[in-house]
Amino acid sequence: MADDAEQATMTVDDRAADALNEGFEPKIIVFACHYCAYAAADLAGSMRLQYPTNIRMIKLPCTGKLEVIHLLKAFEAGADGVYAAGCLEGECHYLEGNLWARKRIGHVKTLLEELGMDPQRVEMFNMSSAMGPRFAQTAREFTERIRRLGPNPVRPRDGFEPVEVVRARMGDAALPDGAPAGADDTPAGS
Amino acid sequence: MITAERKPFDQIYAMTEGHDKVLVAGCDTCVAICLTGGEKEAEILASEISIKAKEEGRELAVEHTAAIRQCEWEYLDMIADKVGEFPLVLSMACGIGIQSLAEKFAPKLVMPAVNTNMLGMPQEHAVWLERCAACGDCVIGLTAGICPVVRCSKSLMNGPCGGSHAGLCEVVGPNGEEIECAWALIWERLKAQGREELMFQYRPPKDWSKSSSGGPRKMVREEAKPV
Repeated sequence: MADDAEQATMTVDDRAADALNEGFEPKIIVFACHYCAYAAADLAGSMRLQYPTNIRMIKLPCTGKLEVIHLLKAFEAGADGVYAAGCLEGECHYLEGNLWARKRIGHVKTLLEELGMDPQRVEMFNMSSAMGPRFAQTAREFTERIRRLGPNPVRPRDGFEPVEVVRARMGDAALPDGAPAGADDTPAGS
Repeated sequence: MITAERKPFDQIYAMTEGHDKVLVAGCDTCVAICLTGGEKEAEILASEISIKAKEEGRELAVEHTAAIRQCEWEYLDMIADKVGEFPLVLSMACGIGIQSLAEKFAPKLVMPAVNTNMLGMPQEHAVWLERCAACGDCVIGLTAGICPVVRCSKSLMNGPCGGSHAGLCEVVGPNGEEIECAWALIWERLKAQGREELMFQYRPPKDWSKSSSGGPRKMVREEAKPV
């Protein structure tokens, strides 16, 4: 990263590029529902679709089982991003488990904000078991989002800067466009 | 049931300043039922504090525990060993539990992580309404089972006042929510009970010495004391 004197002469675009964390390989935890996203991951595999190796899947009987503490513990342990992948809304095997997950993830977003972490590090996605391509696309887009946000501030890595640290130093203008890659996904809790 | 709300995180985190070990102590009775300070919430707060400390590169050991009830000596005995390991305890119990913990383990530093706010009932899941002021002199037998002390904004004994309109109070809640006029509710229920005449009886000023205005209260049941 540039030192203070260099930063004073940098343009916003330079700073944005500086903050991009090119080459950073995030670790991402995915809580996947047995009835949909986990099966979609299987389908993505059968279809030979490429998606990043950054994600680590944890299978749940339903995303309704996902508790606030599970998400926080992932961040506490150093995960750079966490998302839950549940059934399409209205199609939960247990009727409304995915709606509960959406609410809890919305709550975790507010907790992350309290802690000075970017709430975009956690997200809820919905997909059916037939959506192998969507599973792969979500994994790619979320990995890209987290790559831009940089490492989790609780586990910084040499040469890469958490977006939270860049923001504290240079303000929002210094950041790359923070819009989530999957712009069609309504963020949880909104 | 006693209800409480968690203090803002920044306030809680500031309490840990200068310490390298902290215990978050939940209480699994009232504050667990109102989803504020049970074991589950204690674990969440401990995790949050731990994340913040790691972000700052600070060495801080954070653990959590919970007493079945923090307001009883016997249940505090059950967490005594754990509490003994930590110089600072952040209690998520109501004010009674926090004080019991502080007294039991004095002079250990015990700090409140919640604000105790009312004696309420869950009107629906995740919504609580204040229902009792613990005034020490219950009048709801005369007011159709509706407490004017806590549900009338002015705690009137001879309501309603001129601020009652179409069943609503002129006072609105902190978030702009409407408050039902307690005396309008009392009138409607007294009519349904055929006891309207109670509304026209004069009630003398209430004896507030039986409430907290009379100093800290004490209750002793001699017949139940151990021999």
